[in-house]
Amino acid sequence: MRKMRFLLLLVVISVALTAGFAQAQSPTVIKIASQTPLSGPQSVLGISMRNAVELAIEQLSGPLAELGYTIEYVPFDDQATPAVGVSNAQIIVNDPAIMGVIGHLNSGVAIPASEVYNDNNLVMISPANTNPLITDRGLPTVNRVCGRDDLQGPTGARFVAEELGVETVYILHDTTAYGQGVAEFFRQEAEALGLTVLGFEGTEEMSNFDGILQPILAQEPEAIYFGGIYSQMGVFLRQARAAGFDGYFVGPDGTDSSEFAELAGDAAIGTYYTSVAGPASIYPNAAQFIEDYTARFEVPPQPFAAQSYDATAILLLAIEKVVADGTAPTREAIAEAVRATEGYEGLTGTITFDDNGDPEVGLYYVLRVVSADPAEWSNNELLATLEIPSPLMMAGM
Amino acid sequence: MTTASASPSTNSWSAFRTWLTQPLVMGAMVIGYVALSILILISLDRTSLWYPAANICAFPLFVLSPIIVLLSPLPARLKLTIMLALIVVVTPIIGLTNTTYLELAIQISIFAGLALGLNIVVGFAGLLDLGYIAFFAVGAYLWAMFTSPAPTIFQINGWLVPDWAFFIFLIIGVVLAGIVGIMLGLPVLRLRGDYLAIVTLGFGEMIKIIARNADQPANLTNGAQGLHGIGRPPLPGFAVDFTNGLSGLFSIPLSNPETVARQLMFYFLGIGILFIVILVARRLEDSAIGRAWTAIREDETAAIAMGVPLVRMKLMAFASGASFAGAIGVLFAAKQTFIDPKSFELMQSITILAMVIVGGIGGIRGVLLGAIVVTLLDLHILKNLSLQLNALRNVNFVIPIIDYPIRNWPSQLEPSKYQPFVFGLILVIMMIFRPAGLLPEPRRKMELMEARGEDSGDDDDTDMPAPAAPKRQPAPSGD
Amino acid sequence: MTSQTLTPPGAAGYTVSKGLLPALRATWVYRFVLFPIGQILVFIAAAAVVMTILSYILAFFVPEPRANIVLADQIAKQLPGMIISGISIGFVYSMVALGYTLVYGVLKFINFAHSEIFMIGSVAGFEVMTRISASGAIGAWNPVILILVIVVTAMLISGLVAVVVERVAYRPLRGAPRLVPLITAIGVSFVLIDSTRGLMAITRNDFNLTYPTNDPALTWLTTPINVVINGASVGGFNIGGTAYTTIIADSAEVSGFEISGTPISEYYYGGVTIGGRDLRANQIEVNGARPDEILIAGQNLRDIQRAANVVNVRVTSMIIVISAVLMLLALNYFVNGTKMGRGIRAVSQDQSTAGLMGVNVNRMISLTFFIGGAFGGAAGALFGLNVGTVTPYVGFIPGLKAFTAAVLGGIGNVTGALLGGLTLGMVESFLNGILVYFPAFGQRYTDVFAFSVLILILIFRPSGILGERVDEKV
Repeated sequence: MRKMRFLLLLVVISVALTAGFAQAQSPTVIKIASQTPLSGPQSVLGISMRNAVELAIEQLSGPLAELGYTIEYVPFDDQATPAVGVSNAQIIVNDPAIMGVIGHLNSGVAIPASEVYNDNNLVMISPANTNPLITDRGLPTVNRVCGRDDLQGPTGARFVAEELGVETVYILHDTTAYGQGVAEFFRQEAEALGLTVLGFEGTEEMSNFDGILQPILAQEPEAIYFGGIYSQMGVFLRQARAAGFDGYFVGPDGTDSSEFAELAGDAAIGTYYTSVAGPASIYPNAAQFIEDYTARFEVPPQPFAAQSYDATAILLLAIEKVVADGTAPTREAIAEAVRATEGYEGLTGTITFDDNGDPEVGLYYVLRVVSADPAEWSNNELLATLEIPSPLMMAGM
Repeated sequence: MTTASASPSTNSWSAFRTWLTQPLVMGAMVIGYVALSILILISLDRTSLWYPAANICAFPLFVLSPIIVLLSPLPARLKLTIMLALIVVVTPIIGLTNTTYLELAIQISIFAGLALGLNIVVGFAGLLDLGYIAFFAVGAYLWAMFTSPAPTIFQINGWLVPDWAFFIFLIIGVVLAGIVGIMLGLPVLRLRGDYLAIVTLGFGEMIKIIARNADQPANLTNGAQGLHGIGRPPLPGFAVDFTNGLSGLFSIPLSNPETVARQLMFYFLGIGILFIVILVARRLEDSAIGRAWTAIREDETAAIAMGVPLVRMKLMAFASGASFAGAIGVLFAAKQTFIDPKSFELMQSITILAMVIVGGIGGIRGVLLGAIVVTLLDLHILKNLSLQLNALRNVNFVIPIIDYPIRNWPSQLEPSKYQPFVFGLILVIMMIFRPAGLLPEPRRKMELMEARGEDSGDDDDTDMPAPAAPKRQPAPSGD
Repeated sequence: MTSQTLTPPGAAGYTVSKGLLPALRATWVYRFVLFPIGQILVFIAAAAVVMTILSYILAFFVPEPRANIVLADQIAKQLPGMIISGISIGFVYSMVALGYTLVYGVLKFINFAHSEIFMIGSVAGFEVMTRISASGAIGAWNPVILILVIVVTAMLISGLVAVVVERVAYRPLRGAPRLVPLITAIGVSFVLIDSTRGLMAITRNDFNLTYPTNDPALTWLTTPINVVINGASVGGFNIGGTAYTTIIADSAEVSGFEISGTPISEYYYGGVTIGGRDLRANQIEVNGARPDEILIAGQNLRDIQRAANVVNVRVTSMIIVISAVLMLLALNYFVNGTKMGRGIRAVSQDQSTAGLMGVNVNRMISLTFFIGGAFGGAAGALFGLNVGTVTPYVGFIPGLKAFTAAVLGGIGNVTGALLGGLTLGMVESFLNGILVYFPAFGQRYTDVFAFSVLILILIFRPSGILGERVDEKV
């Protein structure tokens, strides 16, 4: 009987909600969805990406409002889990008002989810997936504004070999598709350049690196390259320095967060990292972004926040282009408009998509941490800027 | 809790109740319920502000309808007809209107199959297995390795198989996972209870670590990069026509009929496998093997004394539970087209265990219900709750009576960030108020009451069990 | 010889065999101080010796697993480091494992939420230390009192949370099949993780919680103690974050030398730069010379460092070991030497009989949860202090390992938890140190091997190393 009553209640509620409250949304509402991990250990990054998208919509949807469109934002939590990401993707493609997706953080989630988007002509712009496979599948709706692991890793290796002049390097990674991917490309290039790779290890350990450090200390590499995210690297570096490691420490763009300085403390100083995001010191827009973001959310932006902002901006511009002449927006048209993006001046550089959805020319920066104070993060010293065309462009040249 | 029956209420009420229990009335009510739930679901307005909240209620109502039919006191043939119609006809049509439902239905069938498999090990044989997802991973990787274009040794050596081999691999998955199950079973035969739990947990972690690292020295699994582009069973030619016909018949516009047709195919595959799993599980339960498992579960020593072949029976439990997971793993890989080690976390094992226990350990209907409830909770209800709040926030909704603008809610406390919290809370409350599960299996309830001692007279349907007096535990013999 | 679930040897009722110094054996000091300490030392030594021997056996069979790597040499180099790291993480595992084992002892159920109790301890420790540091007077605190305040607060908070969890989530389920509280515990885990995360998100806007060990007033905590192996040491200044107190190269003391007129002891990392590069990250460039070109007493600086097998013992590791030993002594006394401890033991043997004998069963169970939780909390705070950064998700892995340790030693057995923790810590540390040299495996397989060890032990001793055989009553 109780079950019956419970079900009856559900019936009443759903009838009431469908019929009674039918407060329909106007057809001029365009929704933008994002999928990032909002819970779980990676949520620091995911939430920051989500915030950046929200900020971009708040700041940049003015022109669309003039055209009579309201932009709404729908953030999803993919929990860094492929199954959840795919099931969210199903919800997203079934909401006819959603015209574009910003996401994901994890390539492992992005790859299966983007198949669903692509099946429904929904455009996805990835701010963070550096795995080559994201765009190498050649899906017409999948784009990214960030660099690629197969270009970033070698950049780091060349810097280590040529600028720092070391001969031995120890490579660590975090066993994720991102970390291992970039570390693998680093290793290939490093070996090609004649460096001795003393070890290539993956670890999921997030806090206690005592055991992992012993063989590193015994082999005394001149440099450690860590393919991973700052939350792990910062803790590792602090412990490595405390245990007596005195070589160089080099990381990929996962290092690029003020939180890294906070986690590693004094040990952070002198860390080298490659990045795909323009440092605020030379991009005035980026400095403004950091300021706005911090004012709005009371925390500094994390890595991939600037890219998320750029991705959203590109999406908004594409929507604008489609609806400018009064036509109703369709997913196909917006996807085409996004792919046709040319010379967009963003926080992280100028973006023109190639036929695979990669930026035609990727900018890769090498930076050095100068202060243990997180507030000083944006003043990190820029050592080199490299312009590297995407593989598709390279093949065309 | 005071129910109407507890109070000496008016005669008319009890007469009404008796009238309600008449088969005809009951049948009419059930059919009415099913019809109503379908009606609500198809009349949902997707542009409504309150769509997510309505959706939260509506879809579970519909998904529960087969279970309601199953439990209702209708003639068996009628029950079967209604259920068949619901699953084979109604669900695909509803799925066409909104492929989210189709995806949910596929996920439910996958998880229900897994939960039933785990139920054989944990529910029937009483062996606590915390690494069940490992067998699922074996099946998924088996199919993925043989079809993914990733640079594995299979791809390099040209050992890839065509897509139609899917059906053969379903069977290979069953066999392989069964063998792995026996391999795990052999060393842990002597272990009981908690020791078994930790060893199986360790085993699950080991499989994941191996999957993550077997890209060196020979690339078997492509490591953390995962395997992409996994083959899907070929879409039969009539499927697209069928989908188009269906969409034409009900005038549901489809943007991409082929995608929907493929989803439908996976739905029917999932349901088909689930059906076979249910059938096998039922046969097992009622067989001599099932009785031997019950004996082992209730008292291993006594079971040995009665001549139950312990080793064989335990291995059988591991193998049959594992083989279900193997087949479903193959299906999962094909549906997902991408798998990586992260798809097989300990968390998944625990979620499946939660399905078994929430539904009612040991009983097939209960486990099915548990799988539905937990999957919906995870993928549908909590998600839509977040969407609803987000929608309200977007229109700057103000809660009427207390005059509280939703927008003021701090963003650190957004519900979408606290899904695990709600999940955990529901698990705790469930277990405290209904420890035997939503749909307790009679024998289990008996065992539970036995453990409870003198409290056993209680109405099952009720309240928090009184803080039990200290019970005699199977004390270590010591000296 | 049989021993009760919660009764380690040396406890009351344990028949002391006649042997050496029977008079001493009967004394309080022996039972509650000497014997337990001896036991701990024996466990440490045994674990270390067994692992060392096994590594050398491996080195004998596979002398050169990789080009240019002589395994025996590497083992010799790493041995002290591996043993110290094994001991310190082993004690953390032991203390967490105690929580599992105590609860299992009285309730026969695995408290899966215990890893979150550990996490709460580490977060509480962070809160306390951050607050003290924010007051600016952390330098004025006596080190012992500072650590004591941090650890004791963490213990209290974790203990109380454990008691509340028991009261709310487990007590209503007492007597239910064992799977039911297991699921509740998993639910409680989620709730605890997310509430902590929510709390930290609101109060600190972040959940990567870094212990303020960077505070300049805490150099005593962060400056490692150098233990010098084979007679040489480099010291007196900081290179890349390593503090050295004296320089001894080839037994000749060379402290007080200068770079470009500045005494090297002033070159602490950070701030000081020579030729545009700072001392951090090994960038000492003196007149264009790279670090390996700097000569001290005719020897290359890098070579001196290499030859001087300096083992850094981190102060935090020492704090873990000392605190753990003290707490284990206290626990041993409490369980075996006090009336309340006797109550716990009684409940663990037979709840209903204990109840009939006038033991307040519910109170004893709450007490057990408090003690288990307090140990978990202390372990959490000490762990946090050692690793530097904790998050609401920090509990899972150590919790899993500690659970493994508890089962390894024999769940329900206090001494077993200690032995299990130390064994697991040592095995893990050695595997981490040695697997690197085998390219086919690598550190990634450490957990696989650790679990394999567990499975092997359980196959041959299904109830753990020290677990007694439980004959099922029919």
